[in-house]
Amino acid sequence: MAELDTSGGGHKKGPGVKKGKKLSTRIDLTPMVDLGFLLITFFMFTTTLAKPKTMEINMPYKDQNLKEEEKNKIKNSVALTILLSKNHRIYYYEGIGDDPSKAPDLKITYFTPQKGIRDEIIAKKKMVDDMKRTGALGPKDETTVLIKPDTTATYSDLVNILDEMNINDVKVYAIIDISDIEQGFIKATEDASAGTPR
Amino acid sequence: MPHVKLPRKSTHIDMTAMCDVAFLLLTFFMLATKFKPEEPVVVKTPSSISDIQLPDVDIMLLTVDTKGRIFFAIDNKVKRRALIEDIDYNKGLKLSEQEKTAFAIDASIGVPFSSLKQYLAATPEEKKAMNVNAPGIPSDTSVANPNNELAAWIKSSRETNPKVRICIKADGDASYPSVQKIVKTLEGYKIFKFNLITNLRGIPPGTAAAADVAAGKSGASK
Repeated sequence: MAELDTSGGGHKKGPGVKKGKKLSTRIDLTPMVDLGFLLITFFMFTTTLAKPKTMEINMPYKDQNLKEEEKNKIKNSVALTILLSKNHRIYYYEGIGDDPSKAPDLKITYFTPQKGIRDEIIAKKKMVDDMKRTGALGPKDETTVLIKPDTTATYSDLVNILDEMNINDVKVYAIIDISDIEQGFIKATEDASAGTPR
Repeated sequence: MPHVKLPRKSTHIDMTAMCDVAFLLLTFFMLATKFKPEEPVVVKTPSSISDIQLPDVDIMLLTVDTKGRIFFAIDNKVKRRALIEDIDYNKGLKLSEQEKTAFAIDASIGVPFSSLKQYLAATPEEKKAMNVNAPGIPSDTSVANPNNELAAWIKSSRETNPKVRICIKADGDASYPSVQKIVKTLEGYKIFKFNLITNLRGIPPGTAAAADVAAGKSGASK
């Protein structure tokens, strides 16, 4: 294909004419292959074959006109409140923490694969399932996770915790603004643990 | 011992076939390629297990960098043209035809309305330099705040293209309040469903999502 045979023809030259050396018409294609692969590499690196992936989130429906009694109440026993704080720290407690007089028991954890927030969510789900089985909760009750990032949390914390919801198949979760009371809880816990290195 | 004479073979390999393959692949990549759109800032998105693909059209992209600056971008040249006409009219920016065309071509905006005219009049190189120090689009947690320019952008975009889907592409190190501003603005317009752009990561084994995938349900992409 790449070699063209031009040696034919068979013109007999005169006796006095010297025969020119037959040059090979074979072309070395190696540089061309090199070039081809170079360009392939370039296009492979610049191309965006993999489209970016997205995560869909639904925020809870909010309306100023919504009456207090129309809002659905979450049972304390199914709720797990997660507070996201600085340095990727997670504070969590059982319940919704609506009782300002009784400070909830804040525990600290991290986004670690073992013994992190995931285990806590799994434990909570198991607890709710057990309670459903014993009849303490109705069949419609679902584990509810309230996510409250504070001002020092980063976006990656938010995405990570939403991801945990997907990973652990938590159906009901919501991102809610942190309350001043909870900010106080975090501060109190921080102050308490400030003296002791973790 | 008699030597068996092996015919000496040429070490030259015919490169033709290899060349054919190389150029075939090259053609494929050239046709299949879609150049990465130029981004105003470098953003390193966090990872999630979600594997929903980002649709190609009707996308509004809100980029948030580590410092919390917001950049606005929207696809579709025609819609961009309509959008800038709308913004120009509403905000009284008095943009020239040329500047409007610049917006229709250009990728993203990260400056307040006050310096939008200047930004659009700039050359691509100047724009790049301006993006480095751009303040980002001013935003606020309340839609009612007149300084919430992001709200104006979102409102006009939705008027010119009601199908637009809002995607937030934020850096993992961006602070939550900067993202919260966008979320609150969207909530102000009763947009409760939007997308977060993330990288894909593997589903951790032994979890509910992994069990779903094993059972054949697409648990991660619900």
